[in-house]
Amino acid sequence: MIEVSGLTKDFRGNGHVVRAVEDLTLEVHEGEVFGFLGPNGAGKSTTVRMLASLIAPTRGTATINGLRLGVNDAQIRAQIGILTEAPGLYERLSARANLEIFARLYHVAEVDGQVAKYLRLMDLWHKRDAEAGTLSKGMKQRLAIARALLHEPAVLFLDEPTGGLDPEGAKTVRECVSSLRCEGRTIFLCTHNLDEAERLCDRIGVLRQRLIAVDTPEALRRKLFGRQTAIDAAKLTPAGLERLRALPFVRHVEVRPNGDHGSHLTVNLRDPVAENPAVVRVLVDQGAEVRYVTEVRHSLEDVYLNLMHEPAGTVQ
Amino acid sequence: MSDIVVIIHKEWADMIRNRIVFSMLVLVPLIMTAIPVVMLYVAGSASATPSDLDQLRPMLSSNPVFAGMDPQEALQATLGSNLLILFLLMPLIVPITISAYSIVGEKLTRSLEPLLATPISTQQLMCGKSLAAALPGIGMTWLGYAVFLLAARLFAVSDRVFNVFVDPMWLVAMFVLVPLLTIMADEVGLIVSSRVDDPRAAQQLAALVVLPVIVLFLGALLGCILLNALTFLAAAAVVAMADVGLVYLGTALFQRETILTRWR
Repeated sequence: MIEVSGLTKDFRGNGHVVRAVEDLTLEVHEGEVFGFLGPNGAGKSTTVRMLASLIAPTRGTATINGLRLGVNDAQIRAQIGILTEAPGLYERLSARANLEIFARLYHVAEVDGQVAKYLRLMDLWHKRDAEAGTLSKGMKQRLAIARALLHEPAVLFLDEPTGGLDPEGAKTVRECVSSLRCEGRTIFLCTHNLDEAERLCDRIGVLRQRLIAVDTPEALRRKLFGRQTAIDAAKLTPAGLERLRALPFVRHVEVRPNGDHGSHLTVNLRDPVAENPAVVRVLVDQGAEVRYVTEVRHSLEDVYLNLMHEPAGTVQ
Repeated sequence: MSDIVVIIHKEWADMIRNRIVFSMLVLVPLIMTAIPVVMLYVAGSASATPSDLDQLRPMLSSNPVFAGMDPQEALQATLGSNLLILFLLMPLIVPITISAYSIVGEKLTRSLEPLLATPISTQQLMCGKSLAAALPGIGMTWLGYAVFLLAARLFAVSDRVFNVFVDPMWLVAMFVLVPLLTIMADEVGLIVSSRVDDPRAAQQLAALVVLPVIVLFLGALLGCILLNALTFLAAAAVVAMADVGLVYLGTALFQRETILTRWR
């Protein structure tokens, strides 16, 4: 659906060249929600603008829905929907008038019907005649999402859809994105919100001028942290710990005291499901009392922060 | 064409709800129409003497439309005729008020990016914005001129005075020069608006476009420039050439990338 190869963007000004995006290569599949993460200034919005054919890449190629960037720009713009970083509404016009303008510019066949459909879908029907400037932040964001959907685009670019919204507004927008996912649209989601990315995205890409990682959140966790089992045990002896470390499939063991006579172990394993019984057996045989065993699940935030502190290089 | 119409409707809908812009659009033509109408009435009711005629003689002798007029007619005709130049300022001021805000205003509200993300071309967008500014300018000027003619019909001391205001010279000015001046003003406004990031700077810079008409106005008042159909046709030819250049320049200077990435 989206194929990007070697996409690079340089900005020139005051005699300087600033590279915003470097050698970006990735694929986003049909019906996939692809999360694009990165710190401020990483090049996320620039990438979206390039892919939405708003600005031209300095180098590299991209196709969106089979259309070549730089060749079929008007057709690309007709087939994608974009939610920009700021809603960018005509604040003096009503919610309905805002949508009507864009429905006409996208040459929607049945303007009134389509506008009404999305006003209802975004729960804005009761505010249809209110000036956009009088709407709450969340409502404005929903109106901007409706505007991006009016022409039923196959690909949707969402740049920080929940940025600046209160928890309730953010939840509504997330639910909306979730429902779009169920409709099978391809969604390219730029976000700072890692929890949001975790919940909504099939795969994520982490950008820091270059793409430094791309995969499913789970696969990235495994690549960066391996698989870990956390064990809480009492009466753990040094001999027991030695036996545990000697097991051929145990990669690393970290021990921390945990209350009176208790220890908290983090054991790096290849396949916890298969290897946990042997680990527990060794500990019990050596006199330890195992209180609980669980798989350690690193948050996407751990993954992200780890990647941000990694030297440049792509984790594929 | 339909995209251009959508842009025009959008601009007008937004403009009508912008109190400052809208009040400027109403007040400026109102004042510029009221001044010549009031002056025409005053000149018609005040009694002119032969000494007034002596003062006006250089102007009267330079233009055959005033030939054979008595002092009262000459006073009203010359005053009205000079003030008609205000109708050449109107098609500059009205479009500038709209076009100078047109792009910089969208930059401020961040509404330009979603607009540029639609399939609309730069030419269509510029044409729509240009027409949205030009049509009220032309319409207001013609309306003002019509009101002036109506007032002239009522207040002119004779048909000879009225005929001065519908002389081919003024018909050329109104129906040839006015549309061309309007295009010039709104293109200058759009160019400035697409290059600056402050609406006040845009308004002030674009307002410089009225200078040539003020020079024309002062030149006519001082008798340095002879106003006739030929003068206006020559001015129209110059403005038409400027318009062609400005239209190309306006589209060329509208850099989507610069607009989206350099303005915050």
